[in-house]
Amino acid sequence: MARTISYREAINEALAQEMARDESVIVMGEDNAGGAGSPGEDDAWGGVLGVTKGLFHKFPGRVLDTPISESAFVGAAIGAATRGQRPVAELMFIDFMGVCFDQIFNQAVKFRYMFGGNARTPVVIRTMYGAGLRAAAQHSQCLYPIFTHIPGLKVVVPSNPYEAKGLLIQSIRDDDPVIFCEHKALYDTSGEVPEDSYTIPFGEANVVRDGDDVTIVAIGRMVAMAEGAANDLAASGIEAEVIDPRTTSPLDTETILESVEKTGRLVVVDEASPRCNLATDISALVAKEAFGSLRAPIEMVTPPHTPVPFSDALEDLYIPDAQKVLNAAKAVVEYRR
Amino acid sequence: MIRPVTMPKWGLSMERGRITAWLAADGDEVVTGDDLAEIDTDKIAGTLESPGSGVLRCVVAAAGEDVPVGGTIALLADPETPAEELDEAARQARQEIDAGAIAGDEGPVTGTVEVDGRSLAYATLGTEGDVVVLVHGYGGDKNSWLFVQEPLAEHRIVHALDLPGHGESTKDVGDGSLGTLADAVLGFLDALGVERAHLVGHSLGGAVVVAAAAKAPHRVEKLTLLAPAGFGGPVNARYLRGFATATSRRELKPHLAALFADPDLVTRRLADDLLRYKRLDGVDRVLTTLLGTLLDGDAQAIDAARLLSTVDVPVTFVWGREDAVLPPGTTRPDVEHVDGAGHLVHLEAPGAVVAAITR
Repeated sequence: MARTISYREAINEALAQEMARDESVIVMGEDNAGGAGSPGEDDAWGGVLGVTKGLFHKFPGRVLDTPISESAFVGAAIGAATRGQRPVAELMFIDFMGVCFDQIFNQAVKFRYMFGGNARTPVVIRTMYGAGLRAAAQHSQCLYPIFTHIPGLKVVVPSNPYEAKGLLIQSIRDDDPVIFCEHKALYDTSGEVPEDSYTIPFGEANVVRDGDDVTIVAIGRMVAMAEGAANDLAASGIEAEVIDPRTTSPLDTETILESVEKTGRLVVVDEASPRCNLATDISALVAKEAFGSLRAPIEMVTPPHTPVPFSDALEDLYIPDAQKVLNAAKAVVEYRR
Repeated sequence: MIRPVTMPKWGLSMERGRITAWLAADGDEVVTGDDLAEIDTDKIAGTLESPGSGVLRCVVAAAGEDVPVGGTIALLADPETPAEELDEAARQARQEIDAGAIAGDEGPVTGTVEVDGRSLAYATLGTEGDVVVLVHGYGGDKNSWLFVQEPLAEHRIVHALDLPGHGESTKDVGDGSLGTLADAVLGFLDALGVERAHLVGHSLGGAVVVAAAAKAPHRVEKLTLLAPAGFGGPVNARYLRGFATATSRRELKPHLAALFADPDLVTRRLADDLLRYKRLDGVDRVLTTLLGTLLDGDAQAIDAARLLSTVDVPVTFVWGREDAVLPPGTTRPDVEHVDGAGHLVHLEAPGAVVAAITR
């Protein structure tokens, strides 16, 4: 039965259902089991924001606490994946990924290629990204573009609870390494989610809203901002088509291009720093493949190229919001040569 | 007498609807079933048909307005009804809409029952009167009755059932035979303590209710069969296989055109909702198994006509004249053909279907 649950609960349910279905699925990470120093504490933390809470008791021996050493436990998860497990490792903040780049970029992702297709590495690395929680420059980044850059890595950025559950189940069943990026400001958002297990295939964008006047492509948490802007735009007679790519790698280029061919206008909304992010990537794609359809220059709505500020006021200014999306959409619709 | 026209509740989650256009104007004379307005919701866009006959004396909510379910959007009345009476009713209706919530909007009651080890989901509208059970077709669910369940429930208790493998019921159909599905319907009646019911079945559901009647004729008051499977004639095997195997919107959408007379009804939302269903674990196997029940090569495998000949209950057939999935095959004289409707006749011509069920 579809009921309304949170993004956090949707992720927890996906993990629980896959652990019940397939005993090679294990969960590991900092404070995933007991927390506060001991496995099996009744009041398990379930990770720093409580996403894996309750799994330790449901699946004895399959939820592992790890030392605070990302390079060690991500390496261990990748090694376990090569030996037949399906580990889901929680790397608390995407900002910490730097210390395990070698395991991810040079090892996990390359195995299938280097061994002529004979190696499988079904590991999922769940990680939190994004600004908005007053967590400052080292805990607020949107680093999914870095992972999107690596051939062979699948990168998932779910925008709501329905997407989060189906995409996580797909990630766990996938035989390649997957980086699963959860926006920390989405955990308490809610939406309708079926109780049954289900999957959402990679590389299929979701058209969130139909429109003929402008295409707005938005990633992760920005999808809701784009929807809000689209609803306001509709009040002034502008119908925006909102596209959520769901996965940045593989990217559903067809849906984006088809939409721009219809609307002739593109706004890309990306919370990642503006250089070499998804906004520039998708803009380049459209400029090359659909140049003839464009009736206005492409607009990119992104933060400025600075670290995420710690000051509340500055952080609020930094994050793209619905008003900035609205302004960008109006600018492209009203553009005259 | 003043008869209010209210914002309908199309589906369990609908809370509000937006009037996108009025198809009738102040002063127009309308009869039951005439198209009154186009309404758009989060899930579906549809045409509101007139709940009664009279003169449209007052449009309360204008095109473009967003109105809560149950809110009065227009008033029907006789030409003799005094204007002051209408003004007062319109004022009250306006107040209610502006307050944003409508008292007394209960909506369908949903539940599940256990039958043969499977959980079956259902939604019920109406509190008194004869019991009607609505049984959807292949790949459908209880929400496919959204346009007919509410008008039927005015004087009846109307249950819309999710067959095994469908909607929110357990995604398992066992051998997928007509007998298994008919047992699920009879088990549903048992679970709810319903002695006798009027069974309404669409497509595969039509054959299922016939099989239920053949197994337990004393449980069936009446049968209404909408484009039922198993009454001769060709079947669109290409559609059925295409529906079963499509894994993306791009693959699915072209097949859905076969369901309607009006191709504009194949919206992205419809395709998305069907894809969401198809992506649930177990549904793939359910649809493949049932394909074996429906098809023998490219022909119909079901013979519901033979089953029906063993039963002595009143039967009504309704068929969309432009049905491209199961074109009307039977030459029975009691078939009511509906112009301008395709296979999903209860979505395209709900008024005609309600009339046939209540006749």
